[in-house]
Amino acid sequence: MGLAPASDQPLKRTPLSAQHLTLGAKMVPFAGYEMPVHYPLGILKEHLHTRGQAGLFDVSHMGQVCLIGPDHATTAAALERLLPADIANLRPGQQRYSQLLNDAGGIIDDLMVTRPASAADDGRLFLVVNAARKEVDCAHIAARLPAGVQLVPAADRALLAVQGPEAARILAALCPEAPRLAFMQARSAPIGGIECHISRSGYTGEDGFEISVAAEHAEALWQLLLNDDAIQPIGLGARDSLRLEAGLCLYGHDIDETTSPVEAGLAWSMQKRRRSEGGFPGANRIQDELANGPKRKRVGIRPDGRAPAREGTEIRALLGDHLGVVTSGGFGPSVGAPIAMGYVAADRAEVGTPVNLMVRGKALAGAVVPLPFVPHRYIPRS
Amino acid sequence: MATERFTKDHEWVRLDAGIATVGITDHAQRQLGDVVFVELPEVGRKVVASEAVAVVESVKAASDVFSPIAGEVTHVNGELIGQPALVNEDAEGKAWFFKLKVVDGVALDALMDRAAYEAFVKEGS
Repeated sequence: MGLAPASDQPLKRTPLSAQHLTLGAKMVPFAGYEMPVHYPLGILKEHLHTRGQAGLFDVSHMGQVCLIGPDHATTAAALERLLPADIANLRPGQQRYSQLLNDAGGIIDDLMVTRPASAADDGRLFLVVNAARKEVDCAHIAARLPAGVQLVPAADRALLAVQGPEAARILAALCPEAPRLAFMQARSAPIGGIECHISRSGYTGEDGFEISVAAEHAEALWQLLLNDDAIQPIGLGARDSLRLEAGLCLYGHDIDETTSPVEAGLAWSMQKRRRSEGGFPGANRIQDELANGPKRKRVGIRPDGRAPAREGTEIRALLGDHLGVVTSGGFGPSVGAPIAMGYVAADRAEVGTPVNLMVRGKALAGAVVPLPFVPHRYIPRS
Repeated sequence: MATERFTKDHEWVRLDAGIATVGITDHAQRQLGDVVFVELPEVGRKVVASEAVAVVESVKAASDVFSPIAGEVTHVNGELIGQPALVNEDAEGKAWFFKLKVVDGVALDALMDRAAYEAFVKEGS
């Protein structure tokens, strides 16, 4: 059996690299970084621990960027020219998920946009973008900003995520402000005396927080959070299976420059004003897809048996015609069975549609199922 | 007395009285991580050396299991189907994959013994 060979290319490290090695992580190359794929617990147990209690993730490889303009209206208008979310009506301390679009309505990257809570930060927006796309994104955004609005990468910051049903209890002990945030709200606050920017969000489907911290304090914060008995360090392997069960897209797999947000089932992230007004790249295609339906749709798929259908697996109709391709697939530890996402022709996207998955030359039966595979457990605004 | 050999692809094979038992090494299961699926060959299938005969899938990825030697499949370990995690628990014991009736056992001489395999693993890490 073949095991993947080691790569020789020089890799970047996050400020938490030494911590991962101390904890016995297996490090792998990911998006130009040396990252922990799992710790001694292993992917399966790390996944289940996150859903059962809480997991601590180092996601410092992701790009943190600040847009700085004279006032919120100006900065929001500049960003709205590049993506289809309503940024103008973001309240202070509110966060939104969106996608940078190309002129064909394809997705250059998906990202989180946060309007800082503090009035002193008026005119600023914090963006968190994918590690593998940050150079592309920064060049793209910078080239399209009007005079007076600047893009400033926050390269000297780490990003940690605390995810799981115990996350709020763990944070509450160190930062009373944190549990008062609702899902997709953010603020600056100290955690155990370390100044942080905290948002209630994540990439697991669980309640949780993402915490931006100055690189020099990242190790202290990491160790402070790991002090709680309920939390375990979690690697990228479980991060991937958690997000797949939660039905969340992975850039470069489930979405890319050829897929539109409507095809990808992300129309919920385009607010009403933007849908009707347009004014973002690819608006013609996207408004047409919103009105008349897209040609293909991202769906959840459950193979009937135990064999996982991995990325790249062809999806066929029972009579054999090509329907599409699996874009993410594997074993769902909380589901206890293989799960997949992929694109199928829109008229075959209905839940319950039987499909065949072509795995190693054999047709494995499966069906289109609703997303997510595991219900989200976010804490809504009260 | 059984002859035990190892491949560069991290299979083990034990030949005893013309029957070769094949599995993946403990090193391999550690590299793979949690095994969630195993696909086994059909009994009666004739295989050649280095042929992809079985599949082992962990949470991370799918890998082929190659036959270390030519022969005819006489038994498969059905326990792995319902309990793939057995590969992580006892890769070189209870979690054997398949047994082959072997005509030419001499072919095993080209493979590594345990000391050579352990040196090979050490060298690669």
